[in-house]
Amino acid sequence: MARLLVLGGGVAGHTAATFAADWLGRDHEVVVVTPNAKWNWIPSNIWVGVGQMSKEEVTFDLDPVYKKAGITYKQAKAVSLNPEGSGSSDKPYVTVEYTGQGKAGNSEEVTYDYLINATGPKLNFGATPGLGEGSQLGEHTVSVCTADHAQHAADELTKVLDKMRKGERQKILIGTGHGMCTCQGAAFEYIFNVEHEIRKAGLRDMADIKWISNESFMGDFGMGGLHMKVGGYVVSSRIFTESLFAERGVNYITGAHVNKVEKGKVSYELLDGSMGEETFDFSMLIPPFAGVGLKAYNKAGEDITDTVFAPNGFMKVDANYTPKPYEEWKASDWPLTYQNPTYKNIFAAGIAFAPPHLISKPAKSPNGTVINPTPPRTGMPSGIIGKAVAHSVCDLIKNGEGAPLHEASMAHMGAACVASAGKGWLDGTAAAMTVYPVVQDFEKYPGTGRDTDYTFGEIGLAGHWIKHILHYLFIYKAKLKPFWKIIPE
Amino acid sequence: MAIKPEEFNFAKHDQFNNAMIPGKFARALRTCKIWQFIRFIVLNIKMLIVVSKSH
Repeated sequence: MARLLVLGGGVAGHTAATFAADWLGRDHEVVVVTPNAKWNWIPSNIWVGVGQMSKEEVTFDLDPVYKKAGITYKQAKAVSLNPEGSGSSDKPYVTVEYTGQGKAGNSEEVTYDYLINATGPKLNFGATPGLGEGSQLGEHTVSVCTADHAQHAADELTKVLDKMRKGERQKILIGTGHGMCTCQGAAFEYIFNVEHEIRKAGLRDMADIKWISNESFMGDFGMGGLHMKVGGYVVSSRIFTESLFAERGVNYITGAHVNKVEKGKVSYELLDGSMGEETFDFSMLIPPFAGVGLKAYNKAGEDITDTVFAPNGFMKVDANYTPKPYEEWKASDWPLTYQNPTYKNIFAAGIAFAPPHLISKPAKSPNGTVINPTPPRTGMPSGIIGKAVAHSVCDLIKNGEGAPLHEASMAHMGAACVASAGKGWLDGTAAAMTVYPVVQDFEKYPGTGRDTDYTFGEIGLAGHWIKHILHYLFIYKAKLKPFWKIIPE
Repeated sequence: MAIKPEEFNFAKHDQFNNAMIPGKFARALRTCKIWQFIRFIVLNIKMLIVVSKSH
């Protein structure tokens, strides 16, 4: 009997574990280690953040789902990795520290035959003074990265709406809280949902709403922007995005590295090297992501973290990590199988894998401050990678070490993204977009790096319907209800 | 002559002056239930094609 250990129970980890358990059956064991007791459909957190959904609607308990799937569930966080085993045994293991199940604080060594690292990110609030400390949210801004954060954001937003009702004009600042953030999409959705709720309340004239982002241009989204077919034209996402901001009367600051947050004020540096400040009454700033800080040790107990992980804490996989200038980046730099090059029984999926480089064009201020979005690896790509990696591991277990591995390069796959711009079955809107492929391939598509037949965007109520239906569909799938496997990632 | 709603934001900020702002008809289509139902079908088909190409 082989044991597959999956670290993380998010989109990538949950997808990998549930498919692996289904494919392997009861002949082998699948173990999931995740510090969370609940699964969270993160894309709907933005609706929790504006009080349009409850925390309970976007989460569910993992324990009964894993019991049903025959998965061993350990509510714990991974602390260190020993891929060569210890002095007394060759069996590789991960040291975990329990966060629940009545064993909080206890440590355990969990051995494995195959490991999928899908830990997701550490929300690195500590990267910007005042934004928070380590993974803890600070007191000056709010966040929608977790359901709890989003609930807190909704409570604070309610106070702001009350002030506006009393005739007090409010300044709202939403965007990214550091020069190297990813996930601009979540902030984009949140700003327009906040604007939508304020407009619905009849208070739009009482609010100054501003966007602040590390993107060098509007609509970069960490993917270097995209060109899409809209109304018979092929247009840049910059035009598409600027149009929405202008229509909704939302000002914006781009190319900004927020370097300090104080009560009611952020300080930032722009790509041209100039410094600025922005005051606010309510602010939601997304933190940068980092690896979860897993350490790795060899058989002799020596630290080999640098061998297994990139400096940002994400796991090295079969990508081309050779540093090279933007002009020499290739689609083939991106990983195919997500197998660790040193330890072949280790894979990484979702945010946990180290990308070879950015997708957006790198940018730096004259002061040397790096200000560019890091590559998004969430949502659909995360699920597809998780499934492909689980497929590879299952084949290795069933057919032996020579089994061919499954591929899921972000330079070969597309992504469908539905960005909410306001919730409501009759008055809601969302930008429904697809991009193909996620990572530009200028050798295959010399014009824009992507296939414009499959890269499109459109704003409307239909997009909202799709996003709302996907909310129910993906929670249904994650709960492993009947026919869950036929719902695509 | 009264300013048209879609032209109102152009004057608000220089950033908006060069942007493309939808007019009354384009905005109405965005929440027109019949049109959006058609777009719902079209978007789902287009997305399913991209999803199928990505697996």
